[in-house]
Amino acid sequence: MSKASKVLRKPSSFMEIYKHKPGPEKDRTHYCPGCGHGIIHKLIAEALEDMEITERTVMISPVGCSVFLYYYFNTGNLQVAHGRAPAVATAASRANPDSVVISYQGDGDLAAIGGNNILQAANRGENIAVVFVNNAIYGMTGGQMAPTTLPGQKTTTSPYGRNPANEGYPLKMVEILNCLDAPTYLARTSLHDVPNMRKTRQAIRKAIQNVKDKKGFSLVEVLSMCPSQWRTDGPAAQKWILEKMIPTFPLGVVRDLSDEREPIARPVPVMEPTEVKRLLGLISDEEVAGASASRDFKRREVAPQHANPSIRVAGFGGQGVLSIGVALANVGMEYGYNVSWLPSYGPEMRGGTANCSVKIQEATVGAVEATEPTVVIAMNRPSMERFEKILVPGGLLIYNSTLIEIEPTRGDISVVAAPITKLADDLGNTKVQSMVAVGAYIGATGLFDLEDVVSMLPRLFPGKKELLDLNERAVRAGYDHVVAAARSRG
Amino acid sequence: MATRMLMKGNHAAVYGALLAGCEAYFGYPITPASEIAEGASLLFPKLGRTFIQAESEVGAINMVYGAAGCGKRVLTASSGPGVSLKQEGLSYCAGSALPCVVVDIMRGGPGLGNIGPEQGDYNQVVKGGGHGNYRTIVLAPNSCQEMCDLTMYAFELADRYRNPVFVLTDGVIGQMMEVVELPEPVENLPDKSDWAVMGTAGTRNLINSIYLAHDEMEWWNEQLRKKYELVQQKEVMFEEYMMDDAEYAVIGFGAASRVLRTTVDMARAEGTRLGLFRPITLFPFPKKEIAALPGRGVKGILTVEMNTGQMVDDVNLALCGTDVRSGYYGRYGGNVPSAREVLDRIAELGWRSGS
Ligand SMILES: Cc1ncc(C[n+]2csc(CCOP(=O)(O)OP(=O)(O)O)c2C)c(N)n1
Repeated sequence: MSKASKVLRKPSSFMEIYKHKPGPEKDRTHYCPGCGHGIIHKLIAEALEDMEITERTVMISPVGCSVFLYYYFNTGNLQVAHGRAPAVATAASRANPDSVVISYQGDGDLAAIGGNNILQAANRGENIAVVFVNNAIYGMTGGQMAPTTLPGQKTTTSPYGRNPANEGYPLKMVEILNCLDAPTYLARTSLHDVPNMRKTRQAIRKAIQNVKDKKGFSLVEVLSMCPSQWRTDGPAAQKWILEKMIPTFPLGVVRDLSDEREPIARPVPVMEPTEVKRLLGLISDEEVAGASASRDFKRREVAPQHANPSIRVAGFGGQGVLSIGVALANVGMEYGYNVSWLPSYGPEMRGGTANCSVKIQEATVGAVEATEPTVVIAMNRPSMERFEKILVPGGLLIYNSTLIEIEPTRGDISVVAAPITKLADDLGNTKVQSMVAVGAYIGATGLFDLEDVVSMLPRLFPGKKELLDLNERAVRAGYDHVVAAARSRG
Repeated sequence: MATRMLMKGNHAAVYGALLAGCEAYFGYPITPASEIAEGASLLFPKLGRTFIQAESEVGAINMVYGAAGCGKRVLTASSGPGVSLKQEGLSYCAGSALPCVVVDIMRGGPGLGNIGPEQGDYNQVVKGGGHGNYRTIVLAPNSCQEMCDLTMYAFELADRYRNPVFVLTDGVIGQMMEVVELPEPVENLPDKSDWAVMGTAGTRNLINSIYLAHDEMEWWNEQLRKKYELVQQKEVMFEEYMMDDAEYAVIGFGAASRVLRTTVDMARAEGTRLGLFRPITLFPFPKKEIAALPGRGVKGILTVEMNTGQMVDDVNLALCGTDVRSGYYGRYGGNVPSAREVLDRIAELGWRSGS
């Protein structure tokens, strides 16, 4: 065995005794003779010791032969699901940005089941060091084919040798990751002789240093021996790396942007309650309080047929059907009613028709869908055809006579026809037809005071003053039209 | 004060999480849960907290595992297909005793199904879902206020028991808007330094679910079993409406329970003494309370779900040995039962007071 792999002095980053290891042998590793994992562990441990970062290092133990990484490292340890180390490492790094997070993974773990997780963590430029042990085989489970198994290589699941026509070619992860913009450092090294072990040592140190310096995603792929599953011995295994693996997996540092990259700064979470409320806008500052809190929304006397409405609003997407409901529910809330709003959601909303249910009532709201509405506001013809039918007897149908050229058919309901779209167009913007409809509804029912509704508009449409004025005119136009029409009917 | 707001159930969950001191959100979009990710992407960064749109639900739940293991309150949310993908990670969370909160806004299934509201994830969420002997604590809000309050409370339970907690509801509750009174933010978060990995000398702990020795694995399962027994004893929550003199009862959770409240009002208006029993915790299930209903004079119980009959199995188990009549009524595929059709079903069963 080569010199560098001999354990002369145990770095302090290793546990003194392997207390988590079951059984009596708490001073020996679980690895097979000639395995590369032990060497790589030692290179990491020495780096942590020399950089004096053992105490803030978090090791991510994968699934694979190195699943028991936590036996050895006197650091924080997270053992994780097969392939998911980069996702866990991401969160560990975000949770405590000053910790040094090292994701240690085998080839099955990183390149097969966790292929997407490593790609995405690399692409986010997470501040983690990844040590990727490529032994061209599944060690832990008894020598099955890995994504890095060489063409022709026999494993227990490629007994005739890996056939690229059936199982594809070895995945070259360093080269794949090198296509991304975010990674800081990418290298491939090997353990096949002492000079290359030294290069591995340097690369691992570089990756860990980068994480310590918050320079971002750094990965070292190490070509490593698995004499047991390769059915060979240590020296032959090293020779096999040199002769067979390196031609497929060329060595070298393919990217080093360590010097150019600025340290990643993560925000400090705000946890102090008052500050939390302020940042979420939950504390009154004058403007927020001004509009509503100072106004006294006094409930009005409402004709019994208009009290506690169960409203269905419907039209085509783009008519602001959902906003009509939201506006009514918001005003209802200010009057202290119990309110609910339920949209039809999803594909129905896109392009086709949209509808929503609004309840504004004295009592607690049970069912939120207006299956037996007392009011239907129909903005287009299909909506009227669909919902007129389900109005309760004595209910109110408000329909958009600009777009609905037919008459309602039922005789047991009251009907208000208003040219909602035309009134909006007259104001110069079809979009405000939703607020025309709101005006029409309160004109027809008297449930809300017109000025109360107008006072709510700044909250419903925060932002542009012109739009606000337009919406106010729209509400008034709908209201005035309906009230005038009722008066002229006497 | 703008602490009273009209908001969607999905958004209320985001507020609940933030007010509970949740420091990180990891999720992947899916209708009808996407507003949780969207709301989190808007609000978490405002408070310097972490939001990541993960590569998948598998990525998200493993990020949750990482943040929870590092001592943070952490949230993810999804719907059916995404929750299926999270199950392995949830098993790891339970096996490693990690507190976390998962919101499931159920949609139509199986398979890609549709995005309408459904309750077909009951079994996969309430019975453990992933591999191995574990349970998740499951809270079932039926209003936007509860989406906020129970999400907040979920974090407390998660920390108390070091276990994943689900907030399980359907597309109706996620998508609808109601008035939400936002509670005060949590002042003090629990100290987790004795077990969490926080990147400090004193927190070089181990998060792990491996127990190689069979006896140790058995021991650990025994600890988990005892924990769930304690949860069953101490954490049952339910709500009753008009149950005091009820001759018949309907049982439902989530949007179905909202419909059932209206059914109760309609039945009462016709003189039938119907009441509503609503489990708020689905695990622990209010077994004892349901078993006690016959003794309180209830002669017939109709379980109403937005699935083909999942919770009804638990109701029937609870009622085992009593002579109460138990029925089931369900709508699914995105359809929500109407209060009237449930009333009609009750009439068909001949359940009418004074007859
Ligand atoms: C979801 C899942 N699938 C499969 C396994 C079984 N499994 C354990 S280790 C392993 C392969 C590990 O190989 P590799 O990542 O190359 O690491 P090595 O053992 O060679 O160090 C597999 C498939 C598992 N634990 N979890």
